[in-house]
Amino acid sequence: MEAAEIHRRLRDKLGNAVEPTLQDGDWPACEVRAAAVAEACRFLRDDPDLRFDCLSNLSAVDRKAADQIEVHYHLFSYAHRHQVVVKASSPRLDPVLPTVSNVWPIANWLEREAFDLMGVTFVNHPDLRRILMPEDWVGHPLRKDFVEPEEYHGISTRRESLLKI
Amino acid sequence: MSTAGIEIGLERETPAGLETEEMTLNMGPQHPSTHGVLRFVVKADGEVMRRAIPDIGYLHRSIEKISEKVGYHGFMPYTDRVDYVSAMQCNQGWAMACEKLASIEVPRRGEYCRVIACELGRIASHLISVGTTGMDIGAFTPFTHALRERERINNLLEELCGARLTFNYMRIGGCAWDIPPGFVKRASEFVEQFEPLIDEYNELISFNKIYVERLANVAIVPAEMAIAWNLVGPNLRGSGVKYDVRKDVPYSVYPELEFDVPVGTGERGTLGDSYDRYMVRMNEMKESCRILRQALGGIPEGPVIAKVPRTFKPPPGEVYVRVEASRGDMGWFVVSDGTAFPARTHIRTGSFSAMAIIEELSKGLMIADLVAVIASLDIVAPEVDR
Repeated sequence: MEAAEIHRRLRDKLGNAVEPTLQDGDWPACEVRAAAVAEACRFLRDDPDLRFDCLSNLSAVDRKAADQIEVHYHLFSYAHRHQVVVKASSPRLDPVLPTVSNVWPIANWLEREAFDLMGVTFVNHPDLRRILMPEDWVGHPLRKDFVEPEEYHGISTRRESLLKI
Repeated sequence: MSTAGIEIGLERETPAGLETEEMTLNMGPQHPSTHGVLRFVVKADGEVMRRAIPDIGYLHRSIEKISEKVGYHGFMPYTDRVDYVSAMQCNQGWAMACEKLASIEVPRRGEYCRVIACELGRIASHLISVGTTGMDIGAFTPFTHALRERERINNLLEELCGARLTFNYMRIGGCAWDIPPGFVKRASEFVEQFEPLIDEYNELISFNKIYVERLANVAIVPAEMAIAWNLVGPNLRGSGVKYDVRKDVPYSVYPELEFDVPVGTGERGTLGDSYDRYMVRMNEMKESCRILRQALGGIPEGPVIAKVPRTFKPPPGEVYVRVEASRGDMGWFVVSDGTAFPARTHIRTGSFSAMAIIEELSKGLMIADLVAVIASLDIVAPEVDR
């Protein structure tokens, strides 16, 4: 199905929670209000003409200039072989989005990764804890303003330049 | 990643009648059959697993963060480390993402070099996969045979780019070096000698009764489940879904080359079992030989790399590029803000989703089958953690 048609159907369903313009490209993107993400995703998966049965990727982007964390959901349909991106933004101070782990099971780990590295809280996630970093790590390393700690459990993260030695 | 001990508490369940106790076992992070450094917390009732909880992050090297510090050209050697068992396709994924951001066209000879390098890499990676599958379930000989052939591919790739494992062969806009003299002849010889060996492996292990019984009907993944968990590549095709990025979202010169997409058929058990996933890899090596034969015979003249400025500043935008790596559809999400450094890179790999599904698959399996399942899903730990 054409991306414009997907966008139109999503707007028919969710109204003003979906931005009126479709961002064009290889992966056309619909911008959705943060609170409506789960509903949008469920509709995109369940509608028989859309059938987005696969969450191909979930990425969080730190838009520091806009003071927002942007989350991209790359959806792909094996049934109809079409693709679309759902985009949602949330304030950088405390980014909160509804979980889609009950829509696609793989979202469980992808959301844990976004939580771990970017600090996005996914409401109603069944098991939201760090996945890649140690559990006692402080901060979210992929944030633009993350400062690497001097040491971790007595292990220094600094070292002399090899050229000086 | 958990820092210390087994943090998941021991729950006791007492079913009516016989009193049994659930056992919590730790497997890994250092374990010869875990394909890298990864860990499972296994909750078992006797020999039967209730579930195996994967614990990842032991090989997390923050490759995505590094990309934000080293710039577009400088990141190429790091992409090798995303999946060091088949680094060529990682090179290609990064190169394709950058080329798409800046609308660069790769010369045709460069594309042919890429396809040849990638398909050699795919055979090498599948050899490791099928070899270790044998080793994990107790057949050591096939592994030595597989490594013997892989060594020859490593020699060929060393001729091409000077490295045997972390190639750093591709560049934004093409490849770093042209094909060396005599390479086409030696590579063709390899293909001719290697293809009959696949049948030999099949005779040696694939149809061996013990081998079949260890893999058939174990950890069945139906097609809908594979799609919902975003399994990709041979794992997805093992469940009977005919989907290959090279065919369905064509890139490079793959549309000009003739090859089939092998899928699982449930020939020895049920569709989507471990044996199907294993067999898809065996058949894919044959298809790679077919691609190599055509590509080696049709290399066009010309440059291998397009002119790309040394300070590479793609216009602002975001791309999501998918390549068919050895472990399937690998997604490269790159955000550019117009500077010489990417604003964000996210690499979505095949092993990540394969690792996520294990908790679901392990329910009701024998403990001894866990390594067979890991092997049949072809999990490579660095690719999970990045």
